[in-house]
Amino acid sequence: HFAFTSQCPTQKMNLFQSVTSALDNTLASDPTAVIFGEDVAFGGVFRCTVGLRDKYGKDRVFNTPLCEQGIVGFGIGVAVAGATAIAEIQFADYIYPAFDQIVNEAAKYRYRSGNLFDCGNLTIRAPWGCVGHGSLYHSQSPEAFFAHCPGIKVVIPRSPVQAKGLLLSCIADQNPCIFFEPKILYRAAVEQVPVEAYTVPLSQAEILQEGSDVTLVAWGTQIHVMREVANMAQEKLGVSCELIDLQTILPWDVETVCKSVVKTGRLLISHEAPVTGGFAAEISSTVQEECFLNLEAPISRVCGYDTPFPHIFEPFYIPDKWKCFDAIKRMINY
Amino acid sequence: MQNMLTIISNALCRITGRNVGAQTVSEGSRVVVSRSFADFTPQATFDIKKCDVHRLEEGPPVKATLTRDQGLQYYRIMQTVRRMELKADQLYKQKIIRGFCHLYDGQEACAAGIEAAINPSDHLITAYRAHGYTYTRGVAIKEILAELTGRKGGVAKGKGGSMHMYAPHFYGGNGIVGAQVPLGAGIALACQYQGNNQVCVTLYGDGAANQGQLFEAFNMAALWKLPCIFICENNKYGMGTSVERASASTDYYKRGDFIPGLRVDGMDVLCVREATQFAADHCRSGKGPIVMELQTYRYHGHSMSDPGVSYRTREEIQEVRSKSDPISLLKDRMLSNNMAAVEEFKEIDIAIRKEVEEAAQYATSDPEPPLEELCNHIFKNDPPLEVRGTHPWATLKSVS
Repeated sequence: HFAFTSQCPTQKMNLFQSVTSALDNTLASDPTAVIFGEDVAFGGVFRCTVGLRDKYGKDRVFNTPLCEQGIVGFGIGVAVAGATAIAEIQFADYIYPAFDQIVNEAAKYRYRSGNLFDCGNLTIRAPWGCVGHGSLYHSQSPEAFFAHCPGIKVVIPRSPVQAKGLLLSCIADQNPCIFFEPKILYRAAVEQVPVEAYTVPLSQAEILQEGSDVTLVAWGTQIHVMREVANMAQEKLGVSCELIDLQTILPWDVETVCKSVVKTGRLLISHEAPVTGGFAAEISSTVQEECFLNLEAPISRVCGYDTPFPHIFEPFYIPDKWKCFDAIKRMINY
Repeated sequence: MQNMLTIISNALCRITGRNVGAQTVSEGSRVVVSRSFADFTPQATFDIKKCDVHRLEEGPPVKATLTRDQGLQYYRIMQTVRRMELKADQLYKQKIIRGFCHLYDGQEACAAGIEAAINPSDHLITAYRAHGYTYTRGVAIKEILAELTGRKGGVAKGKGGSMHMYAPHFYGGNGIVGAQVPLGAGIALACQYQGNNQVCVTLYGDGAANQGQLFEAFNMAALWKLPCIFICENNKYGMGTSVERASASTDYYKRGDFIPGLRVDGMDVLCVREATQFAADHCRSGKGPIVMELQTYRYHGHSMSDPGVSYRTREEIQEVRSKSDPISLLKDRMLSNNMAAVEEFKEIDIAIRKEVEEAAQYATSDPEPPLEELCNHIFKNDPPLEVRGTHPWATLKSVS
């Protein structure tokens, strides 16, 4: 599932190493960049910041006490004053104490000051998504809560190459960004990643596989599930699927998705977060507005159940390939 | 007589090591019966460490009385928690328990001491290192272990796991750091409102002591004089960060500022008991909240994924184990004051081991909760609610 490119010097890296590489590039090129969060100094609980403190000094890579609201508020202040702030929230599940700071302070700074001030220098990183044993508070996917907030950008990579490029784009972007990193892929995803800095554009969805019968939209870990679903659909049903990685949740690439649906006539969106109010609802609503007459079947959303993320029931909860395959079958036979 | 007893107790040690079970127990009781209970001191008074105080005229007493029965009971409780946590460690390494598991061994004196000073009708809420409190608040070992393994016999029906165990007047078990403290203040308000003379013991750690919501809770509790005992279990490390690197002030008992505070030796069950008694009296008399800092230590790392030695030395852990282990402290006190015999402790140990082993058996063999439980208990609803599933044509029933 992972790409191997070789145009420039590359190194085999997994997801957390590609994040470290992006942060390394940033600290090297931007003298105002600082990284802070819980336990980032020794390398971070997922090893995303290993070696950075030794290389760049303890005034640039430092620990904060255990206070998410404080971390993000502090980050907003750092960003507004002109430094590049990269804040880490230890798990996306813990981001809620900082929700007020993100939604009310960070997102609205430019708007309410009439462009006099902004905290575009702020990037918040957080591990995201299910991991097999995370249960209620180490598995959440909160992108839908933030998608409802104009003023911030929400980005989710699917692989090391994308992660480094997207993270560097977020840091460079002049708007506050939230970068969710799929924690289950930290070690599992390995690719040849360019050592130098490069960016992957934000708000551009990527078509990973062209097809003619069904459009599949997903992001993060779910892309890999959908790749398998696309293969299964081809083998078992002779159905050709077009797979799109949304990459940026807010603002999302409406054009690419709609163009694809105009071509295929069917859309399946899948994410781990609960279905009610999940981001698939937004995509579904917009697509039916734009492409109503092109649709051959109702838009299908295969998502998590409307329950808290379960402890022992995780394998039944997540939208696995069988549930997605089933949805495709129904759409084809509609 | 003394020599004979030493020889027999040595023999018992060897036999216990090979775990012969029932035979050993009867031999033990034969030995104890030969020495009458009138030989033991029924009660003794011990000097305990003086507590540092903040905004208080005087602290808890510096002497504590312990009866033989109390001593054996505290020993039993602490040893049970210790063995249960070690069994959880073993089951985790065998991958029978998965997910997150935060063990309490080393801190047993806190749970045992607090429970000894409050009534079952009082309330208690803590953070995620909760297995010890779940036991002291009355849940059976097998229900705790079954909850860890995610089985339907678990105290939360297998749906909560390690961090979410509950019991009457015990509100968990909370995963989000610091979130339980405003809850505790709220429970205290309910006690005050209902006029039932109960208190709420609200526990948090040295890491959580820097969360903003704690200070919001302190302010409300002091303003309305809520009967809330805020207890900071300071085990010197917030996950991997030592207290000096996380807190501008490590005098956690003073962090309540306008709320009186006590700093207590958390490795001595008697010290914890006396301090909690003092604090409970303070609250019940309507003087308002009080903050207690229990200075304690955990032998394991933060959780089972943390070896616990990358931020502290093995020597440090060993030193605490040899000089301040709460169970050893109590046992040595009782033995040196002739309050119990070595064999009695051995007997208790054997009985506890057996109980924990049986509980582990239950936890491993009990079936997992049925799939219908996935959607139950989301809302309270009289006709069962339909819950949307992974696609619109498959809905599930939620019963509550």
